[in-house]
Amino acid sequence: MSKKNEIIAGTEENCASHTISIYVANKPGVLVRVAQVFARRGFNIDSLVVSSGMDGKFSRMTITAQGNPENIEQIKKHVSKLVDVINAIEHTNLDVIEKEMTLVKIAANNSSRTELLQLIGHFKGETLDFTDSSLIVQIAGSTEKLNAFLSLAQRFGILEIVRTGKISIARGKELT
Amino acid sequence: MPKIPKTGAEALIRCLEKEGVEYIFGYPGGSVIPIFDVLYDSTIKLVLTRHEQGASHMADGYARACGKPGVVLVTSGPGATNTITGVFNAHMDSVPMIVLTGQTTQSGLGKDAFQEADIFDISMPVVKHSYLVRDPNDFPRIVREAFHIALTGRPGPVLIDIPKDVASGDFTGTMNAEMDIPGYKIPNELDNDEILKIAGHLNRSQRPLLLVGHGAIIARATVEIKSLAEKLQAPVANTMLGKGGFPETHPLSLGMIGMHGTAYANIALTKCDLIMSFGSRWDDRINGDNARFAPGAIKIHIDIDPAEIGKIVKPDAMIIGDCRQAADELLKHINTLNTRTWLRELNIIRKKNPLRYKKQGGLKVQHIVDELYDLTKGQAVICTDVGQHQMWTSQYYLIDEPDTWISSGGAGTMGFGFPAAIGAKIARPTKTVCVISGDGGFQMTMMELATAKNLNLPLKIIIMDNKYLGMVRQWQDLFFDNRLSGVTLDGNPDFIKLAESYGIKGFRLKRSADVKKILSLALAYNDGPCVIHADVVREENVYPMIPAGKSAEHLMTERPKRKLEKPTGST
Repeated sequence: MSKKNEIIAGTEENCASHTISIYVANKPGVLVRVAQVFARRGFNIDSLVVSSGMDGKFSRMTITAQGNPENIEQIKKHVSKLVDVINAIEHTNLDVIEKEMTLVKIAANNSSRTELLQLIGHFKGETLDFTDSSLIVQIAGSTEKLNAFLSLAQRFGILEIVRTGKISIARGKELT
Repeated sequence: MPKIPKTGAEALIRCLEKEGVEYIFGYPGGSVIPIFDVLYDSTIKLVLTRHEQGASHMADGYARACGKPGVVLVTSGPGATNTITGVFNAHMDSVPMIVLTGQTTQSGLGKDAFQEADIFDISMPVVKHSYLVRDPNDFPRIVREAFHIALTGRPGPVLIDIPKDVASGDFTGTMNAEMDIPGYKIPNELDNDEILKIAGHLNRSQRPLLLVGHGAIIARATVEIKSLAEKLQAPVANTMLGKGGFPETHPLSLGMIGMHGTAYANIALTKCDLIMSFGSRWDDRINGDNARFAPGAIKIHIDIDPAEIGKIVKPDAMIIGDCRQAADELLKHINTLNTRTWLRELNIIRKKNPLRYKKQGGLKVQHIVDELYDLTKGQAVICTDVGQHQMWTSQYYLIDEPDTWISSGGAGTMGFGFPAAIGAKIARPTKTVCVISGDGGFQMTMMELATAKNLNLPLKIIIMDNKYLGMVRQWQDLFFDNRLSGVTLDGNPDFIKLAESYGIKGFRLKRSADVKKILSLALAYNDGPCVIHADVVREENVYPMIPAGKSAEHLMTERPKRKLEKPTGST
């Protein structure tokens, strides 16, 4: 990261992960407009989930990015300003439920498989593919849970990881 | 044209007529022939430019001079990309503009068809909003939305990209389509608690300073701000684009603030205990060093764009909303302050540090502008290009009325001034419109001499020819040991002969003794455009100056004796 970017994106100490939920018109080009706001200000998007909203006229974007709170505030304002954006809200951990899912391909042979299956069981994972040398596992839950599983599974030999990125929904009657 | 449009192009032009469009600044090409064909029968007048950049600047100048959006119509590919500088310029300065670009047929999109440019994506960072029209029946809705978006809130350019088959396709829809922009929000309710908080700050202030930016003019807030300043007895500084937001001849006016602003406005900034901005962005021309900006002052920010609040300066109090409404509300809650000491102090600073130049020692830009101001009684519409002449014009041509100062602020676009003046003269035909340009910037868009001549617009085109890119030369002189690199404009044309080749009247100005005489002749000449070629001294520098990246405390009112460090600011 260049020095300039550091100034824009904040120093490492106060860099935190922010999840912003953006409700947008479901039109071509909206994703580019939103992504430009982040990119221009030196923010790397860690994960991005876009899916159709309730009636197809709108879409929901859930974007996770690193940065200091001040710059995130500015980015939220700039994103909200886009004509195609209905709203952009950053929820705190307390008022929102956040989940993500991962599919992991892990090496598994006769000697390691039993222990690996136990681990998967503990994480309430699901085995989707079973061969004599590997397993594909599906784990869903909080980002922390996924990270914990991946770190424990590491010693078996992780062959491939695909993550959905975080999605979130506001608790109670409040809309996301 | 038939009453009920039958094609997309007919619907489009009919919609533009309904929006009250009188002029389109444009240049044709293959993909927009169906639209030009409809224009043939329309009441809208086409201004055929010589370059699409010129069209976009004319639309910009037109919009700034009369407040209506300027409309541009160009073809696909290079036609569209040539407008980008103008669109960017309008975006930076919040100018309403509608840019209609032709596009290849929908079946050719993404296939590198002839003259296909993905202008929708290319323009994205420099537009307020944009459209790619996919269905001829969408024109009524899109045009209505585009004008609404361009004009309201913080104005800006809206681009509409039109594939050729959509323009020539059948129109079967309704002309009374509703807008459908649920994400577009214009702040319209002022926060009363903040109003009271700001009034409290104002009523406690002993050394207030009001800062008037372009937003004040856009919001038509000049009367309210004047009442506010007079009631408070607070001095007022304006940004460059804020010229006209508060009368610069008013006793409370300190004139322009910033890098080349007046010494007294900048010194006031360092000494005030409160600064309240109406529609300025606190940008780096007035705030080179944010940590040292108006140290010790309470900062109040009024802006209609929520994204401007806290972007540069963290305000102590703020209003997101219309400047005029805000000023009006504040008037109800403020008292007249005892600022006599503060005003007296500023007056002494003003007397000690006036704007000054020497009429001796060759022909000076300052002298020409000063004389032009006197001869036109400050009543002309002034359009400038970018550079030294722009700063001198800002300093010496005081502006009292909104919409009479047209200059490229945020973008600093060389080549803007002359085409913008064509647009301004079309918008304000009864006004004297003068262009102050440099030899560098003028040559970037001088092909529009043909446009000015065709329309026979009595523009006064003053070219300040020092055969240098003067502002860059000034920086190289002051900060780079006078190692002049890439700033000498050898081979400039004889601008008089150039003008004559277009059938345009030319006046040559070489001696300072002739300034009044030549300008009077040019101002009296109203048979068409005229060019005044001013052969000015080559190595004059603009003062006062605050080096880029520095606070107002580093103001220089004359050439410094010591060697200066290279500036830390970007430009």
